[in-house]
Amino acid sequence: MAESKGVMVYGEIAEGKLASITTELLGGGRRLADESKEELLCILIGDQVGEAPQQAIASGADKVYTAEDPLLKEYQTDSYVAVMEQAVKDLSPRILLLGQTSVGRDLAPRLAFRLGASLSTDCLELSIDPDTKLLQQTRSVFGGNARAIFASESLPQIVTVRQKAMSPLEPDKSKKGEITPIKVELDPAKIRTKVIETVKEEVEGIKLEDAEAIVTGGRGIGGPEGFKQLEELAKALKGAVGASRPPCDNGWVPDTLQVGLTGKIVTPELYIAVALSGASQHLAGCSGAKNIIAINKDPEANIFKEARFGVVGDWKQLLPAFTEKVKELLAG
Amino acid sequence: MNMIVCCKQVLDPEAPPASFKIDPGSNQVVPPPGVPPVISPFDEQAVEAALRIKDSQGGKITVLSLGNKLLRDVVKKPLSMGADELVLLEDEAFEGGDSWSIAYALAMAIKKIGEFDLIFCGRQAADWDAGQVGSGIAEILGIPSVTVAKKVEAVDGKARVERVIADGYQVVEVTLPALITVSNELGEARYATLKGIMAAAKKQPTIWKPADIGVDPSQTGAAGRRTKLVKLFQPVREGKCEIIEADSPAEAAAGLAVKLREAKLI
Ligand SMILES: Cc1cc2nc3c(=O)[nH]c(=O)nc-3n(C[C@H](O)[C@H](O)[C@H](O)COP(=O)(O)OP(=O)(O)OC[C@H]3O[C@@H](n4cnc5c(N)ncnc54)[C@H](O)[C@@H]3O)c2cc1C
Repeated sequence: MAESKGVMVYGEIAEGKLASITTELLGGGRRLADESKEELLCILIGDQVGEAPQQAIASGADKVYTAEDPLLKEYQTDSYVAVMEQAVKDLSPRILLLGQTSVGRDLAPRLAFRLGASLSTDCLELSIDPDTKLLQQTRSVFGGNARAIFASESLPQIVTVRQKAMSPLEPDKSKKGEITPIKVELDPAKIRTKVIETVKEEVEGIKLEDAEAIVTGGRGIGGPEGFKQLEELAKALKGAVGASRPPCDNGWVPDTLQVGLTGKIVTPELYIAVALSGASQHLAGCSGAKNIIAINKDPEANIFKEARFGVVGDWKQLLPAFTEKVKELLAG
Repeated sequence: MNMIVCCKQVLDPEAPPASFKIDPGSNQVVPPPGVPPVISPFDEQAVEAALRIKDSQGGKITVLSLGNKLLRDVVKKPLSMGADELVLLEDEAFEGGDSWSIAYALAMAIKKIGEFDLIFCGRQAADWDAGQVGSGIAEILGIPSVTVAKKVEAVDGKARVERVIADGYQVVEVTLPALITVSNELGEARYATLKGIMAAAKKQPTIWKPADIGVDPSQTGAAGRRTKLVKLFQPVREGKCEIIEADSPAEAAAGLAVKLREAKLI
């Protein structure tokens, strides 16, 4: 194997465009590459990668590698790991960044074990140690109660990065870069899974991840009817409704509304947390919000430790008056 | 159907956040007093996934737990839920491992167990939250894996899995033997029955040491790590919440709205 060099980003494509996690990784990756005076590479895999390579260059990549094949239409562990294994062996990056997404969570561990490399998942911060030149990998552990910094001497140093933990660069369309297709040789017999169907469970209105105002309900909401009231408030704020885990587990709202360590990561301007306690695993998904507002009947609830403003009381008594006043203020 | 479920004993992840403490000297978590450890919740749901298959078509469930000084009351819980056998990889040498060394030891134990159609793990352990061991075991054993499942059925020599993705789920078919990691969307794990608890009390776990599974102590636990823990710390929280008080809930609620307006948040 050639000497390891460069920072590589595994790119994801969503609806024909570079996914937001990928522009974030290219932003973070650019900084790491500049610090260690190395190149930033991006690999894109799919049946068709479309305009994504140009976008990757504009977002910071020096070199883009594309792997296109009809067998790569959908993410499947066996096919994607095989392509990545070959690419990493051929290109030998020192650092490989993936997103902590549905794909990254599945692909990264399997790839790391195949390569005999180390992996830290769900990283929040990355830096280069000036002495050892190794990647310092800061990740959330113990459900968000703690942070751990890891380092590894085995190469490549593979990490997955939490969504919204890094900032994308302003796209520069004039930036030049190389695009190189890589040869894909897949044996269909070695793909041991088959995707029968993909079911979308999207809710109407603004997507949770994109909303600037989020109204989140917890176990204390007590049932699906309560969430109708939260929806009314969210609508008035032109925002979205979210939930802690119990309302999803209880079937009051779709699973896709879950905010937290194992749900969505959100960073809105305004996050109104109603009748949820603020468990560390929930905060992992919303602590990036600029302003958290708490409504809870328990003055000791942990959410008040994270909140900027709060009211102690029964949400059933508070919310109607709050929504009404909000509407009045917005109309005036 | 021969099934194996990997279950980890962890500090209770639902203990109040205020009780969470770290000893900076040793880079270790100080267990909160009076809060007993539990089986990692996703692993309990992995047991549930296996039990549902056993309920519908029969089969045998072997539970595998790795650690040192494991509490019998805790690690026997899957037996009291309905699992058939418990194997403990229990030794000092297993302590302090990372995803790499733990997956390796579990995979070697699974090889020793020998016969299996399905292996289940939780999607991630509720302490280190890494989410690597399941995929790692599958890779070492050379079998396919499907992660973050909310439903698992076994039909015609295959497993049909609903895999949770960000905006919904995917139905995936996988050839057996396979490894599946399970998420909370599967639904709550069943409670242990009194009968189950009594039966579990009588069962003795099988205990294996590194040598029993052909693992050199240098490849397991702390010695087998590929990542080094540089530092473990608690993030600082500022915690300056302004509580809006008033004579009535309606006034407090309206007061909050006014505050948000003043702060230009609405
Ligand atoms: C590995 C792991 C991963 C997890 N991932 C996630 C995740 O991604 N997201 C997530 O949210 N959770 C997650 N959890 C679960 C998490 O630990 C908590 O159990 C969960 O967040 C609690 O939800 P809650 O705050 O709604 O419920 P509770 O903790 O039960 O809190 C309910 C709150 O509502 C208040 N309340 C009740 N009634 C009223 C009322 N009438 N008016 C006002 N207030 C009221 C109570 O005072 C209480 O504070 C995870 C757990 C584990 C172990």
